[in-house]
Amino acid sequence: MNEISDTPVLEIKGLSVLLPDGADREFAIEEVSFSIGRSEIVCIVGESGSGKSVTAFTVMGLIPKKDLVPVAGEILLHGENLLGKSDRQMRRLRGEKMGMVFQEPMTALNPVIKVGDQIAEILEIHANMSASARKKRVIETMEDVSLPEPVKMYNSYPHQLSGGQRQRIMIAMALVLEPGLLIADEPTTALDVTTQAEVLELIRDIQARHGTGVMFITHDFGVVADIADRVVVMQNGKVVEQGTRDEILSAPSHPYTKMLIGSVPSLTPPVRPIPEIAETALEAKALNKTYGRVGFFEKGRLVKAAQNVELILRRGETLGVVGESGSGKSTVARCVVRLIDPTSGDINVAGTNIAQMAESELRAYRQKIQIVFQDPYRSLNPRRTVGQSIVEGPMNFGLSGTEAQSRAENLMRIVGLAPEALTRFPHQFSGGQRQRICIARALAMEPRVLIADEAVSALDVSVQAQVLRLLQDVRERYDLAMLFITHDLRVAAQICDRIMVMQRGVVVEEGRTSEVYANPQHPYTRSLLNAAPGRETNFAR
Amino acid sequence: MTDHAQDAIMADAVLSEHEDPSLLAGMLNNRAIFWGGGLLILFALIAAIGPFLTLDPTELNPIKRLKSPSAEAWFGSDFLGRDIFSRVIYGARVSLVVGIAVALISVGIGLILGLVAGYVRVLDAVIMRTMDGLMSIPAILLAIALISLSGATLGTVILAIVIPEVPRVVRLVRAVVLTVREEPYVEAAIAAGTRLPLILKRHILPNTIAPLIVQATYVCASAMLTESILGFLGAGIPPEIPSWGNIMSEGRTYFQISPWIIFFPGIGLALTVLAVNIVGDGLRDTLDPRIARKI
Amino acid sequence: MYLYILKRVLSTIPVVVIVVLFVFLMLRLAPGDPAAVIAGDYATAEDVERIREQLGLNDAIPVQMYRWIAQLGSGDLGTAIFSKLPVTTLIGQRLEPTLLLSLTTIVFTVLIAVPLGTLAAYKAGSWIDRFVMLFSVAGFSVPVFVLGYILIYVLAMQLQILPVQGYKSPFEHGFWVFLRHMVLPTMTLSVIYIALIARMTRASVQEILQEDYVRTARAKGQSEFKILMRHALRNAAVPIVTVIGLGIALMIGGVVVTESVYNIPGLGRLVLDAVLARDYPVIQGLILFFSFVYILINLLIDLSYTFFDPRIRY
Repeated sequence: MNEISDTPVLEIKGLSVLLPDGADREFAIEEVSFSIGRSEIVCIVGESGSGKSVTAFTVMGLIPKKDLVPVAGEILLHGENLLGKSDRQMRRLRGEKMGMVFQEPMTALNPVIKVGDQIAEILEIHANMSASARKKRVIETMEDVSLPEPVKMYNSYPHQLSGGQRQRIMIAMALVLEPGLLIADEPTTALDVTTQAEVLELIRDIQARHGTGVMFITHDFGVVADIADRVVVMQNGKVVEQGTRDEILSAPSHPYTKMLIGSVPSLTPPVRPIPEIAETALEAKALNKTYGRVGFFEKGRLVKAAQNVELILRRGETLGVVGESGSGKSTVARCVVRLIDPTSGDINVAGTNIAQMAESELRAYRQKIQIVFQDPYRSLNPRRTVGQSIVEGPMNFGLSGTEAQSRAENLMRIVGLAPEALTRFPHQFSGGQRQRICIARALAMEPRVLIADEAVSALDVSVQAQVLRLLQDVRERYDLAMLFITHDLRVAAQICDRIMVMQRGVVVEEGRTSEVYANPQHPYTRSLLNAAPGRETNFAR
Repeated sequence: MTDHAQDAIMADAVLSEHEDPSLLAGMLNNRAIFWGGGLLILFALIAAIGPFLTLDPTELNPIKRLKSPSAEAWFGSDFLGRDIFSRVIYGARVSLVVGIAVALISVGIGLILGLVAGYVRVLDAVIMRTMDGLMSIPAILLAIALISLSGATLGTVILAIVIPEVPRVVRLVRAVVLTVREEPYVEAAIAAGTRLPLILKRHILPNTIAPLIVQATYVCASAMLTESILGFLGAGIPPEIPSWGNIMSEGRTYFQISPWIIFFPGIGLALTVLAVNIVGDGLRDTLDPRIARKI
Repeated sequence: MYLYILKRVLSTIPVVVIVVLFVFLMLRLAPGDPAAVIAGDYATAEDVERIREQLGLNDAIPVQMYRWIAQLGSGDLGTAIFSKLPVTTLIGQRLEPTLLLSLTTIVFTVLIAVPLGTLAAYKAGSWIDRFVMLFSVAGFSVPVFVLGYILIYVLAMQLQILPVQGYKSPFEHGFWVFLRHMVLPTMTLSVIYIALIARMTRASVQEILQEDYVRTARAKGQSEFKILMRHALRNAAVPIVTVIGLGIALMIGGVVVTESVYNIPGLGRLVLDAVLARDYPVIQGLILFFSFVYILINLLIDLSYTFFDPRIRY
């Protein structure tokens, strides 16, 4: 392995890839140039549609040839141009000279093949080894990525492993032949924050030991701060700025980069006035939700999604519920809105316990609690105009059509959209605009409590900042009580007055946001805060 | 039977929904719908008007028994000297009536049962186990048994074909309901206090229409085939009525000397069913662009 | 896994109960007087009464129900009205040809349909894909018996390379004679089944080729052919065997028709003979028999998932 030290592992020069006719722009990526050296991690950052993934897949030769055509430039891997290689030559390079790790480790592994055999497959393709030598090599690599009991795990199937273990398998697979280039496409986005920290640590460690050059695709500046040597910022298919990590994060020069970095919520909660003790808008007492039945066959299959959850939410305050997947935070949200029925406990709204109320009585209270969901693309009925969606609720409660219409128009202005847009269909709006519409729909009911269930999690960082501002704004304007469910500690720090931390269905810590962040009591809270990517970096404001 | 795969595919057919204003144009641009639909309209016209223009399909003519096709009798004559051309034209009427009636009735019943199964948890198991049971009984045997018990009339034949077709529709509708009711926009409507009938009407039913139209065409095709098989086996519509199945049933004995008695109605039937199936495929492709794009 | 097997076996019980109950009610709830319909237009009042007695329709419904369940429980599917033979005996006499015809059909179908469907998915949009789709639409549209007669007309009557009709048992006449007589019936019966399975295989494989793990395999440098064999077909196995099982219902219907076209003395012919003789107990017994076979086959297929899919195994 005698590389000439000054030849980069990967060098992209003036690469342009054409989009098919009828797309909203001509090029998927245009005039993209950057390079990755040995032992170097280069982060490609951008929002959705920036072209960062197209760049990665073009290098790998995995773009659909019919739809995306590279028309200009060069991709030099160890000085050899990849464009113009035959399919056969590319197949030989993939896996051997460049490996790739994908976003979703569950779907990226074949569910019916043992994970060990899936790693061994790559040796079968590229290396002339006996079956036993292959197996030995696979087990060594699994050890290398710190998988426990590799001999035993070799025979496991993907569904038997945790998300983090699956991603380690993917990394082992990409690195088993020690390729010079590793492409990681949002490899930690689907993982919980603590697992994410471990996987980032692993990538950095392995890359340093093997001298691998890494192209790391991400949308998360926290991750960039933790892992990057150099950063390439992309927008609408073009590179707008590149430089070392410190240059980009603390002294960005391009306005777009400045805006992006300025939109990253700080992990330090701002100083907030202590709200006066207002009336209680929502109260949950000893709330339990258990999934699964105790039946002849189901014994031992009970999932306690929420256990003895207590919460009090007053008018004019925002209570954050944070936790990783499976913590039960969404279960709590859906219970208090009564989209699911709690197993036991009280839910008091306006002094009435609605926990076990029948649907017919419940309707009167539905008006008082409204919810905004995570996925802006599925939250609006695609067959109905946004106006119809917004007036649906108020008209259920006796508002006349014209009154509801004028209320909807007014709300559209408040959420920053034109009232004329009420006659349009959801697919004519962007994700952020749809989320605004969903907020308008919730507000149209004139609720006392607004629940935001991961309401900004699916949005790009710049849009996220705007929607957060809107939520803050309407909370103040209508003196709402807001229950804010999120996995994102940065977002929670910025918007919540108080914080509840949940782990496996149990509330482990609760307190004022600034206090919890400054002085976490429970070990789990500490591990969450320690795992938050980019916690030591001050982003340029 | 558990066939999650099938249910998943059915449910899949629902979730690609963009209210596309050019849907109708898209349908007319679809070659399958254009040609299949055109052929179908032609057959429907023949079935509606044809019998007024041809000879009496039941008129006996003992002198002209088993004649080969000729200028005088285009499709030849059968063992009683009846004109096969006139009989085949009349048979189109029977086939289409049976196909359309079965499609409408089974989609109607299936829609109601599927909505109930998807929304009323108590009845779900009862309905679905019953449907599983019905699906386990081979359709043709079930129809034969029902007809041999209640006598062969047009009505009982239609009913006997409807019963085995219903379970497929129920499963489809239920799969759609179960998928759609989990959608956040339905949950938002629940949270907004919308009552169940309105939720069904506004949010659930519109999602069932496209897959049901497609399913209806398949049911129609399968019903026409079943009707002809019942007739062919002598267990269908009374033999006095010249349905395609009956004509072919009577032609069996003479097949070696007069094969056209079976071939002409057979071609008519195959073309009609083909037209319906092609329209069904075309509708599936335009109403469900996600699968269509893969093709 | 054992829990899955146990659950799956137990879940067939309600289905069997529904079938038994449905067949019982069918005779009792039929509009009009089934005994009179079965007796036919020229029957005397005594004939009708005799048939009613034979069908056991004169007792109270609970008594009939009890007798019906007790009878089925002892493995008795009823007795023919005219021959007075037990239906199980009749089935025993006619089982061999139907069983062998079904076997040749399933083997032929799987050998043709699965490779065809896979190829069509792999070469999506190519002429072979169009051919497979066209064949499957046509296969769903041609009635089984018309197809049978076309095959007889072309291959047996015009070209005279195969026998027109009849069944020769392999145990009496040897395997090759048996096979020669089976070619046309098997082809006839297979067409709709091939259409169904090729279409489903194509859809499943096509869907799996869009999966992330196929992309992973490409990223490893795996060849397209091996991706198809190792990754796609293995994952498509469950939907494919499921359709093979569901398609049995289609095949049972086809057997009745095919046997009557080719004059094969099997269970299908028994159905037809019973229809012509208005021998309802035989029809009823055969319905139960075929339904139980269908339920059993689909149970076995569901249990085979444990072999194909580790997510069920563990």
